[in-house]
Amino acid sequence: MLITVNLNGKMVSGDVEADTLLIDFVRNHGCYSVKRGCETSNCGLCTVFLEDRPVLSCSVLAVRADGKKVTTLEGMQEEAAEFGAFIADQGAEQCGFCNPGFVMNAMALFRENPAPGEEEIKEYLAGNLCRCSGYEGQLRGILAFMEWRKKEGRL
Amino acid sequence: MITIRRYKKAESIEEAWQLNQQKSSRIIGGMLWLKMGKGTVQTAIDLSGLSLDGIEETEEEFRVGCMATLRQLELHEGLGTYTGGAMKEALRHIVGVQFRNLATVGGSIFGRFGFSDVLTMFLAMDSYVELYKAGVVSMREFAGGGYDRDVLVRILVRKQPASFHYSSVRNSQTDFPALTCAAARFEGPAGADYRFAIGARPGRAVVIEDSGRILSGGDIREQARAFGEYAAAHVPTGSNMRGSAQYRTHLVKVLTERAILQMGGEAGC
Ligand SMILES: Cc1cc2nc3c(=O)[nH]c(=O)nc-3n(C[C@H](O)[C@H](O)[C@H](O)COP(=O)(O)OP(=O)(O)OC[C@H]3O[C@@H](n4cnc5c(N)ncnc54)[C@H](O)[C@@H]3O)c2cc1C
Ligand code: FES
Ligand code: FES
Repeated sequence: MLITVNLNGKMVSGDVEADTLLIDFVRNHGCYSVKRGCETSNCGLCTVFLEDRPVLSCSVLAVRADGKKVTTLEGMQEEAAEFGAFIADQGAEQCGFCNPGFVMNAMALFRENPAPGEEEIKEYLAGNLCRCSGYEGQLRGILAFMEWRKKEGRL
Repeated sequence: MITIRRYKKAESIEEAWQLNQQKSSRIIGGMLWLKMGKGTVQTAIDLSGLSLDGIEETEEEFRVGCMATLRQLELHEGLGTYTGGAMKEALRHIVGVQFRNLATVGGSIFGRFGFSDVLTMFLAMDSYVELYKAGVVSMREFAGGGYDRDVLVRILVRKQPASFHYSSVRNSQTDFPALTCAAARFEGPAGADYRFAIGARPGRAVVIEDSGRILSGGDIREQARAFGEYAAAHVPTGSNMRGSAQYRTHLVKVLTERAILQMGGEAGC
C-alpha cells in the first residue's frame, strides 16, 4: 500500500505492508532517534507526534498515518537542543537511551501546558521509563528549564 | 505482534459489520491490546473514517464515539464536571499520555478486561453500549456478556443527578491496578442510592448496590464502615501476581468505605 506522510515538514511516500508499524516507517526514512525500548506499549521511547499529539509509534499502523503529519526529534532539533542542555546540566542521564522519547514527550507537555506544576510534570511523563536514573535529575532539569524560560520572558 | 494480511478502512458501519463476520477479521481500535497477541488477522477493520471519534454532550446525556481516545475522555470538560473529576482519576494512571492518545473507548469497553479502570468507571454510571445489531444494552448487561462479532458504535451516559468517586490501588505507577473502585451516589426523590463497581478483582468488574439500605440515615462513618464490610463479604476476589485474594478483599472494604465518606463530604479519610 502506498502511503504519503508529511514527515518533519517533507512529504515522503513509501510502500508499506498492512502491518508495518509507524516506528519502522519513520526509521526507514532516516529518523533513527525513534527507537524500540519495549514493544509492549509501556516505555515511551518510540514517542512521535501524530498530528501534533504524542503517540507511541510502535503501536500505530503506518497506514493510519497516511495523509497525516508526523514529527520526530529530527524535526525539532532547535527546540530539543535548548531543552536537552538543561537535562545534561543536571547529569540526569546515564546511558541516554530513554532520551529521545523523554524529550519528545516533554516538548508535548510544554505545548499543552507551558507552566506545569511538579505533579503535572510527573503525571505527563509517567509513560517515559528510564532504567538508569531515578528521574530526580530529569525533574530538576525541567524545573531549571522553566525557570530560564521565565527569566527570558518566554513563559 | 500480530500479523495483518489486509487493512480496510471501513466506509460504513454496515461494511465494518459485514467484514467482521469473518472469524479471521478484527476491528482495530487503538490496537494496543490487539498488538500484544500473536495470531494472524486476515482483515484489520479500521473505523477511523466514520466520524466516531467525538464526544457529544446534550442536556440528558453524553454520547462517546467508540473511536474517541481515553485521553479525550480524560480531558472532556463536561464529563469532568459531571463526575467531579472521577473520570480523570480513573484514566490518568493508565500507562502514559502517549498511550492514552491511542487507546480507544470502544476497544476498552469491548475488551471487558478484568483489570479495566475504564469499565469500572462506566459501570458506576448510568451508562449503555450502543451496538450496531443488538442496539442499546446496559453497561452492566454488556459487562457480564460474552464476546460476539457485533460493532460497538457508542457509549451513552445518562446524566442522572449524582456524585462520583474513583480510586485504584497500584503496586507501582502505570502498572495494571491491583483493585479498582468506582462509586456513585444517585440523588433520587426517596433519598440517595449508592452504586459501586469493583474491578481488577482480578476478574471483570462487578456492581454492588446497597440493597439492604445500610446507607440510609444515621452516622455516616459507622454506615460507611458497615457497608465496607458488607462489600468485602460479597465481592468475590482472587489471587494473582499483583495481590492475594485476602489483600484484595481488604482493599474492597477500605476503598468502598473511603468512597462513601468522600461523597458524603467527610474530610480526612
Ligand atoms: C501495556 C498495557 C497496559 C494497560 N494498562 C491498563 C490499565 O492500567 N488500566 C486499564 O483500564 N486499561 C489498561 N490497558 C488497556 C487499555 O487501556 C485499552 O483498554 C486496551 O488497549 C484496548 O483498547 P484499544 O483501543 O487498544 O483496543 P484494541 O486493542 O484495538 O481492541 C481490543 C478488542 O476490542 C475489539 N474492538 C475494538 N474496537 C471495537 C469496536 N468499536 N467494536 C467492536 N469491537 C471492537 C478489537 O477487535 C479487540 O478484540 C492496558 C493495555 C496495555 C497494552
Ligand atoms: S517501544 Fe513503544 S512504548 Fe516501548
Ligand atoms: S539514562 Fe539509561 S534509560 Fe534513561
